[in-house]
Amino acid sequence: MDIQLLTYLFVGGSFVLYIAIAIASRVGSTKEFYVAGGGVSPIANGAATAADWMSAASFISMAGIIAYSGYDASVYLMGWTGGYVLLAMLLAPYLRKFGKFTVPDFIGDRYYSNVARTVAVICVIFVSFTYVAGQMRGTGIVFARFLEVDVDIGVAIGMVIVFFYAVLGGMKGITYTQVAQYCVLIFAFTVPAIFLSIMMTGHILPQTGFGATLLDAAGNDTGVYLLTRLDQLVTELGFSAYTSGTKSTIDVFFITAALMCGTAGLPHVIVRFFTVPRVRDARVSAGWALFFIAILYTSAPAVGAFARVNLIETVDNTAYESLPQWFRNWENSGLIAWTDKNADGEVQMSAGDPFKGAPVYTGERGSHGERLLSNAPTDNPGEVYIDRDIIVLANPEIGNLPAWVVALVAAGGVAAALSTAAGLLLVISSAISHDLLKKQLKPDISEKGELLAARIAAAVAIVIAGYFGINPPGFVAQVVAFAFGLAASSFFPVILMGIFYKRMNKEGAIAGMLVGLIFTFSYIVYFKFVAPEMNTPEHWWFGVSPEGIGTLGMIFNFVVSLVVCRFTAPPPAEIQQIVEEIRVPRGAGAAVDH
Amino acid sequence: MKGKSRQDYWKANVRLIATLLVIWFIVSYGFGVLLVEPLNTIHFFGFKLGFWFAQQGAIYAFLVLIVVYAWAMNRLDREYDVEEQ
Repeated sequence: MDIQLLTYLFVGGSFVLYIAIAIASRVGSTKEFYVAGGGVSPIANGAATAADWMSAASFISMAGIIAYSGYDASVYLMGWTGGYVLLAMLLAPYLRKFGKFTVPDFIGDRYYSNVARTVAVICVIFVSFTYVAGQMRGTGIVFARFLEVDVDIGVAIGMVIVFFYAVLGGMKGITYTQVAQYCVLIFAFTVPAIFLSIMMTGHILPQTGFGATLLDAAGNDTGVYLLTRLDQLVTELGFSAYTSGTKSTIDVFFITAALMCGTAGLPHVIVRFFTVPRVRDARVSAGWALFFIAILYTSAPAVGAFARVNLIETVDNTAYESLPQWFRNWENSGLIAWTDKNADGEVQMSAGDPFKGAPVYTGERGSHGERLLSNAPTDNPGEVYIDRDIIVLANPEIGNLPAWVVALVAAGGVAAALSTAAGLLLVISSAISHDLLKKQLKPDISEKGELLAARIAAAVAIVIAGYFGINPPGFVAQVVAFAFGLAASSFFPVILMGIFYKRMNKEGAIAGMLVGLIFTFSYIVYFKFVAPEMNTPEHWWFGVSPEGIGTLGMIFNFVVSLVVCRFTAPPPAEIQQIVEEIRVPRGAGAAVDH
Repeated sequence: MKGKSRQDYWKANVRLIATLLVIWFIVSYGFGVLLVEPLNTIHFFGFKLGFWFAQQGAIYAFLVLIVVYAWAMNRLDREYDVEEQ
């Protein structure tokens, strides 16, 4: 069977599965819509959290980013996993005990203030929309690459599928489809990783193959470690060594911290822990979530290293005509481009860009059959442009894997994008229907009315996200720093102090949130949009890049909250009583039925 | 006595969290970031040790920390009689 047909079958089959789950888990109450009725098992919630968390970027782009930046990419690996430790110990169990539906709900109640609630709602909506636009785009791109449909049609198909299970099934529908999506995406990621590891090192586990010696083409041990070989290859090409970094230590430190605290403060992740039955399940479930995430996150750096070695050894100084077929396939898709600067018919790699900007093909073919480019060449000897997403997308072909594995990767990419999009859309809809409508504008709304409002809000959010997916604002790639920076500088400190510092009052919390938010927002906007030419280490405060500035915003948040809190009245006795209550597990079942 | 015991429970919890977070800090920010250069002179299988912590070891340690926390808290819940029924 040809790859195209298989891909249609796999992606189509996964959609049928998701829709079947959605129909089977229709909901009838707001509690089911917001938190799946609070009856999800810790393992299922762990898998759902992992799918919720791992986006199209984790699935498609991360291994490529690691392959091209080596040690520097460790900030993502540590940052996006270490946050779960904070979540498991500092936030999840107590928020589960508190037993409400949303993050603004906790902030509004704990700080006895609708101002705090509204600030939280605004943050939730901003953070989630930033994130979801990228997911919709990701879905479209996967469709475009594997099914050769237009990106816009891909986005529209994604919208219809998410609409189906998010609007019908709410959190319950999302949870069980996410479990299925996790299975699809992890299988799709690990199968090529295992094959690649066996091919390169003879190890079944990519995690151990990563530290093993390479095999030659005949399968004999060369006695050279993969990473030693990789360091040697990249330094010969003029890059810095793979295993050492180029970022300053302070920047690595701050970025890692912003990603960790941002992860722990992201509303669509936190809310997943409201869906388990008991406090102890929330703790265990965070462990399962990290376990499921770690399977991908410990494989990805290995995949990055395998693929980079393979790529350099296969392509560098090889005649274009004798390159494997995948090189030409991906050149035809526009992810690879070659310009024969020294006219020797061979492909040379080197650090630095081979030409200015993304490849622009003239539509003609050169003497070797390559697609000609109209880009102005740079004066470095490098001749080849390789999009980083190749690392994951082309792996099955590079490893000579059967066609069904390619189809599986397509289904995995779609699963990763849809599962994250659905989780974010639910958070947006519940912030509007529950925290704005029910808690503020129309407190006497009926259960039925609120459920209808939640569904309408979800539907509207899907349409807006789809709009941004089809017409992506030019800055989508740059605003990822926003989501984490803002979550770290606003939610994380406020929730943490709400639990661990009984004396924290509404004045302190609101002041801290605003300072953290405004500072982080301004810094990122300044360096990313107002004066992008200034975005270099010598202009950054303390050498901290916009990606890491959320950590400084978080420190300001803590300091301002604590100072303001000392000069204002302590919270009322009943609030202090609530804090006492959320600190002990007993009675969690009763707390949820309000 | 119930109030007293709940406060002790909370103190024990905070102590446990503090201990585990120190380890959390050391394996990631310590071994993976601040001390990465000196640790890279040590070889661990085919890895430089600092690099291994940054891309593999820290993640395994995080997982162990959560498991230990969940297990220790279940014990603590029973010990102080605050577990869910």
